[in-house]
Amino acid sequence: MIHIGLGHFLFVSSILFSLGIFGVVTRKNAVMVLMGIELMLNASNINFIAFAKYGNFGLQGQVMALFVIVLAAAEAAIALAIVLNIYKTFSTVNVDEIDTLKD
Amino acid sequence: MSIYDIIFYLFATITLVSAFFVVTIRNIVYSAFFLLFTFFGVAGIYVILGADFIAMVQLIVYVGGILILILFGVMLTNKITNVQIKTGTSQIIPAAIGVGLFAGILTATLVNTPWRKIDNSPLFPTTQGLGLMLISEYGVVFELLGILLLIALIGAASLARK
Repeated sequence: MIHIGLGHFLFVSSILFSLGIFGVVTRKNAVMVLMGIELMLNASNINFIAFAKYGNFGLQGQVMALFVIVLAAAEAAIALAIVLNIYKTFSTVNVDEIDTLKD
Repeated sequence: MSIYDIIFYLFATITLVSAFFVVTIRNIVYSAFFLLFTFFGVAGIYVILGADFIAMVQLIVYVGGILILILFGVMLTNKITNVQIKTGTSQIIPAAIGVGLFAGILTATLVNTPWRKIDNSPLFPTTQGLGLMLISEYGVVFELLGILLLIALIGAASLARK
């Protein structure tokens, strides 16, 4: 019988991070790319808190997780403002059709 | 199998399955709602790890704030009469191969690393300790994050208003 340990939480977070990368690189809609980034930030938070419990760091990992959540909120607000501007300018938010710089 | 293990497997399954649907389902609104379940599952994992305050912050900020913001983003960047809000995908097979390799490398690394087996921290309420750290040891970082949030919100408002 395997008891739940650090490795289980790290496994969950690594799979969650990989799914986030998959969402970021395959989705065309910019809002979906944002969702992938949120998944990756959540995976890193699981890592921080797992190491805070199983390492010998006290509460420092949890403080870092709190900071990551604050940064994720700021990032989501800014990114959605940019996405709204892109939609007003190009009438689409598909990231593969916004290639004006290529011409 | 103890109740702790069962609860862990329950939340891990909820998190990973709904995250899989977030990145594979084609309807964006369904993806956003599966993201809700992912955030709930991650909050459950935080509770299992003894981070009660972080779990509540996760529910309030992510589910109450970021998810609503993302749903607003979905609604504002599509024609409102468009019932089927789909997203296209590109390069699925190379991405799946690369991400699979990446996940395999990560898993192999964490399996082969000799982690410490001890769990020396009993579960206790963390709110008081976190509050003390935020006003003493991490006081400067806390204030800087407040300024950063203010700048980010003003910037987002002025960007979206143009």
